[in-house]
Amino acid sequence: MNDVIYLAWRHLAYHKLKTIVLTASMAAIVYLPLGLNILLNRTAIELRTRATATPLLVGLKGSPTELVLRALYFESDSPEPMAYGQVERIAESELATAIPIHSRFETRYGPIIGTTLEYFQFRELEIADGRQLTMLGECVVGCEAAEAGSLSPGDYVVSSTDNLFDIAGVYPLKMKVVGVLRPSDSPDDRAVFVDVKTAWIIEGLGHGHQDLSRPGAAERVLRKSGDTIVANASVVKYNEITPENVDSFHFHGSQADFPLTAIIAAPKNHKSSVLLQGRFLGDEERVQIVRPAIVIDKLLGTVFSVGRYASAAAVLVALSTLATMALVFVLSLQLRRRELETMAKIGGAPLRIATILGAEIVGVLGLGALLAVLLALATSSFGATAARLLIQLS
Amino acid sequence: MIAIEDVQFRYSEGEFRLTIPRFSVPDGATAALVGPSGSGKTTLLNLVAGILVPNAGHVVVNDLELSAQSDSSRRDFRIRNIGLVFQEFELLDHLNVLDNILLPCRITPCVTLDACHRERAMALADEVGVKDQLRRCVRRLSQGERQRVAVCRALLLRPQLLLCDEPTGNLDPANKSQVLDILFDYVRSSGATLLAVTHDYGLLDRFDETLDAGVVNSTMPLASPASEP
Repeated sequence: MNDVIYLAWRHLAYHKLKTIVLTASMAAIVYLPLGLNILLNRTAIELRTRATATPLLVGLKGSPTELVLRALYFESDSPEPMAYGQVERIAESELATAIPIHSRFETRYGPIIGTTLEYFQFRELEIADGRQLTMLGECVVGCEAAEAGSLSPGDYVVSSTDNLFDIAGVYPLKMKVVGVLRPSDSPDDRAVFVDVKTAWIIEGLGHGHQDLSRPGAAERVLRKSGDTIVANASVVKYNEITPENVDSFHFHGSQADFPLTAIIAAPKNHKSSVLLQGRFLGDEERVQIVRPAIVIDKLLGTVFSVGRYASAAAVLVALSTLATMALVFVLSLQLRRRELETMAKIGGAPLRIATILGAEIVGVLGLGALLAVLLALATSSFGATAARLLIQLS
Repeated sequence: MIAIEDVQFRYSEGEFRLTIPRFSVPDGATAALVGPSGSGKTTLLNLVAGILVPNAGHVVVNDLELSAQSDSSRRDFRIRNIGLVFQEFELLDHLNVLDNILLPCRITPCVTLDACHRERAMALADEVGVKDQLRRCVRRLSQGERQRVAVCRALLLRPQLLLCDEPTGNLDPANKSQVLDILFDYVRSSGATLLAVTHDYGLLDRFDETLDAGVVNSTMPLASPASEP
């Protein structure tokens, strides 16, 4: 048997290109459906884990998928904002803890998520370096965002402008990094967390500027009537919140009307959950309450349907590739006719010669299958990362 | 010894026919088989090797009636007793020189490759001047070197009969002489029999006897030779 394997191996090694092409074809045949399946399953696990850990999500009526993808995975377009008053409504119901999510702005290193400290408890996020948010204008960054920007406590990140050419739009805010989160293998790793009020300041709903009631500011004051002071354009607006100017920051308008992307509602128990969902069922309701696990299951149902079609297509491709490989082997036999005849002439046993040819085929198929299994193992090992990448790309 | 009696052979396709009433080469003799193209030289060689089986008659080699043996018996006999050398060398390109010489030991279960075979292969390679090229790919050898490797392969299992089909047909005069020297040296030292097809009449002096296939084959139409398949 050693001689058979040796001769087969010599042939495969000599015809490197043919062997590589056939092995790669075989690997593709096995790996495509296998890898696709692994990747889909890992993606499903990634999506489901996050969705299952989020009992209820409240947002403005519209696409539940868009709402869930934005509020949980910080992907997809930001849905129409809802009013902060809904947080107060849920809190007043005493049925659930309401955690606001403001997810509209970005930094170079990841999305800005405006929320409250309850979010960190709810997601069990821990500070690896630095401290928690204590003041407006501070931020805590996820580990991937920190790595992307080489950020550590004491560094600064700047929020991106909405539109470079919109001079009336939101201004960038320079935020101080006060903490870096421990890795959580979730979308939180690439987020930049700020207090929800800081997010509103970025949105332009709050701001800080020079104190116009001071004696030296008189030259900037155009008109003064009661509590209302109208100043000229030379008044300096702050684009960074520091301990020195934090007191000058204030909001205009009612906080209940301020925008949020979504609210995570963590009900106290099942009954509270059912009751809370019931309260958002009316036709006149402008907001919807969804169970992210159900939304994601529905989405995955569609993804898996597509996956099944893709697998079926892969099987058809595999069959045609196998047929092509068989043709290559047959044609190669034609080309090797003289070599085979020589072996037979000098006394080679037909069974031994056939076994050598069989060993070559088994060698190619075996190498291809081995390569496919290694690729599948690699996909499985890096599946979580690949799945996250896939979710980001989608 | 080669003894052929009343042999008739024809291929399943074509008009070619071979009829040999009597033909023999004694043990230890060297015989050259000459004749025009299509006279049946290669067919006769294949009958003697047991590659082809006659439709009628007897082919006896070293006291064994090959024509009465099964396929596998003829194969086993051939690999143990007959060394074959071809005009086109018929080396396997994907094997190096050493592996080509050792090929007969690897393609049949009736011979097991062992250290003695390796030693023999290296000794033969040394004898024919290709010892330094044992690990080289045969495609990188010259024509003469390739034929010498083919001769080593034929001599590996110390055959009692050497059948050569135009062994010098593709060689220059220097290599021609060298290859023939190797074959004749082996025959003389081992007492083996040599039957070689050749078109080179200048070499006939070196053989003990010369046989004309046109005469051996009694169905050979001398005026219009049929094309041999």
